[in-house]
Amino acid sequence: MKRMKSLLLITMMLMTVTEYFSCKPKNAGTAVNSDAASKVYVAPGKYDEFYNFVSGGFSGQLSVYGLPSGRLLRVIPVFSVDPEKGYGYSEETKPMLNTSHGFVPWDDLHHTDLSQTNGEIDGRWIFVNGNNTPRVARVDLTTFRTHEIIELPNSAGNHSSPFITENTEYVVAGTRFSVPPDNANGDIPINTYKQNFKGYISFISVGKEDGKMDIAFQIQCPGINFDLSHAGKGKSHGWFFFSCYNTEQANTLLEVNASQKDKDFIMAVNWKKAEEYLKAGKGKKVSVKYAHNTYDEKTHSATSEIRNEVIVLDSKELKDLCYFIPCPKSPHGCDVDPTGEYIVGSGKLAALIPVFSFDKMQKAIADKAFEGEYEGIPVIKYEAALHGEVQKPGLGPLHTEFDGRGNAYTTFFVSSEVVKWGLKDLQVIDRVPTYYSVGHLMIPGGDSKKPNGKYLVAYNKITKDRYLPTGPELSQSAQLYDISGDKMQLLLDYPTIGEPHYAQAVAADVIKDKSVKFFKIEENAHPYLTKGEGESKVVREGNKVHIYMTAIRSHFAPDNIEGIKVGDEVYFHLTNLEQDWDVPHGFAVKGALNAELLIMPGETQTLKWIPEKVGIYPIYCTDFCSALHQEMSGYVRVSPAGSNVPLTFSLGTNQPAADNTANPGK
Amino acid sequence: MKKLLMLLFAAIYLAACGGGGQNNSAETPKTNTDAKTENGNPSYDPNRGEGKFTKVEVGASLDVAMADNGEKVYGVKCGSCHKLSDEKLVGPGWKGVTSRHTPEWIMNFVTNTDEMLNKDPKAQAQLEICLVRMPNQNLSDDEARSLYEFMRKNDGVK
Repeated sequence: MKRMKSLLLITMMLMTVTEYFSCKPKNAGTAVNSDAASKVYVAPGKYDEFYNFVSGGFSGQLSVYGLPSGRLLRVIPVFSVDPEKGYGYSEETKPMLNTSHGFVPWDDLHHTDLSQTNGEIDGRWIFVNGNNTPRVARVDLTTFRTHEIIELPNSAGNHSSPFITENTEYVVAGTRFSVPPDNANGDIPINTYKQNFKGYISFISVGKEDGKMDIAFQIQCPGINFDLSHAGKGKSHGWFFFSCYNTEQANTLLEVNASQKDKDFIMAVNWKKAEEYLKAGKGKKVSVKYAHNTYDEKTHSATSEIRNEVIVLDSKELKDLCYFIPCPKSPHGCDVDPTGEYIVGSGKLAALIPVFSFDKMQKAIADKAFEGEYEGIPVIKYEAALHGEVQKPGLGPLHTEFDGRGNAYTTFFVSSEVVKWGLKDLQVIDRVPTYYSVGHLMIPGGDSKKPNGKYLVAYNKITKDRYLPTGPELSQSAQLYDISGDKMQLLLDYPTIGEPHYAQAVAADVIKDKSVKFFKIEENAHPYLTKGEGESKVVREGNKVHIYMTAIRSHFAPDNIEGIKVGDEVYFHLTNLEQDWDVPHGFAVKGALNAELLIMPGETQTLKWIPEKVGIYPIYCTDFCSALHQEMSGYVRVSPAGSNVPLTFSLGTNQPAADNTANPGK
Repeated sequence: MKKLLMLLFAAIYLAACGGGGQNNSAETPKTNTDAKTENGNPSYDPNRGEGKFTKVEVGASLDVAMADNGEKVYGVKCGSCHKLSDEKLVGPGWKGVTSRHTPEWIMNFVTNTDEMLNKDPKAQAQLEICLVRMPNQNLSDDEARSLYEFMRKNDGVK
């Protein structure tokens, strides 16, 4: 008994100790709980739990962060040149940025969507859109490189893109700025918008094994603005939903003139029906011009092909292809819950959130519960498709993601907050402020069938005072919340690049073990490969000079080249002979009107240089590669045009003559 | 009893607040760069090195076809840094390498380079001279074996 008593006493003491001496600071008075730091702390050398792919907005690139730490892991060049990686500067990567307008060095990357199988993220590719010169890109997630870019004809402002169907059958692209079709005369008054401007929705098929993209068909729609979209899933698989604004069809002062109507639309597209029409030959072949660019990891080179035809289905003629559902006040986000039953439309100017029911919509179509037509497309009665409205959720709803537990999370730009609400009862459960004016939000898998409802990230449009001031121009701001409990909990605030729009995240395990570490030199099929130092050489073909050069820690072969003349087109074809992870070599030439090359192990990349002045030009490795990296350099001698200096190249043998060494002053 | 509890109290206090460093050390990744400890381990065989090869069968005469394959591998993956003479380039020249090391040591070194450089006294002595860590060129077992045969050829085995 006495022993029992002692034990009890000890236990009580222990409890007291834990309470008073656990050393946890009590951080009263802040929005952040005291355990926030430990929840985002990833110890040195440890990995994050999630890969987070975040659009780089007007940087044109795709950034990769780790969650929950918020650490930037990589920036993948997609639509913009990147001198750091030689992307868009090397001969091999230049074709990736080719378009029907020629080489476009920049775009505005808005949205991201990871490939899915059965509605779950499969970690193979991520698709991203270019808004300005309409394009969709596919990034491979074994190399984290852009493998394919396809341009979209008949389009402008590719905004409602690149959202995918649940087995990645299609990735869609919808035009935000309606324009006259490409093969029509575009030299017309702008105020003939209503007669002449059209909106096109593109369905790009995705190869099951190789991911290769191809425009399967386009649907010609009324000339309005298609803003965002999401595919149906589960029961609504086979349908795609697009938010539409400017149903007023204004062509000037849209801020006022496109905000006249009480309701615009969500457009529901029956893409299975579209496939039937396509099979039945209802599509029209239309002459257009668009670029399709692919990168091959075997030749380490991109090729660009111009295509000239696309098949168009007409939404006016083919009656049960498209339906409009009225949606209040210029809808922006168009999000489908994990079951595929609820479609959430978010009116930018609305003070409520309408939630539509897929089942009710189907019934309305069967019952022909239409209130009329808009440009030949049936308009379903609002009430007939409506599941219900979330009343007074906040101001300016934009985007919604889901946690897989029956809850939705919507961002509010005007009232700068994220609001959690129940999908069934449409009641607000919780709200947290964001800093400031949130746009998109992201839950890992939050637009798939299987969300991982642990974290939520808010991507804000305004940064202001969140970080140390850096002049008028600031980085962007994101906040990470723990949403595993009833209440959302702010954990972390961190800067991001560009202007992040949409983002995706997936458990690290889905991707990390498939990551390529280096390219096998045996598989290198580059036409200018130098397979071993013994094969290095310099070949003149007229005024073109091809330098077959190798790089290994820590020298180039050859490293002395003479006989280059002013006006020559010099191509340095660099092969990195290393066969180990994380041993890139860089390459730069003094005065070259170009960027550097950054060559991964086993890869070949080419720098073009046209020397304009006589002289000696140093070349060197830009990426610190070994203790003797500073020695990894060489010289190129440029002689006048018409000079008869013979073409020579060497490594280690171009030594001074004996008498020169004896009399260095001579 | 009271005294004992006080002691216990103090001990818990120390464990909770004084041991911050200890808590962290559990998270610190284990490094294996401490060569001295590894070298002091009597189980390490410096003639064999560290790696998968424990016994390499070597014929009395040269396998010419294998040596030819080895020469090709040399051209792509080794020749940038190693001469066939005894002259040092980036790494040591290959002349006599088969008499300086056992076939097991060589094959372990060329396939398990990083671990050998972290552990092996002879490899570390070479690193002190060359100062460039030999790259792991990811040789397959066959490539490594052919390369060894080419080294034998280079050392005069017929």
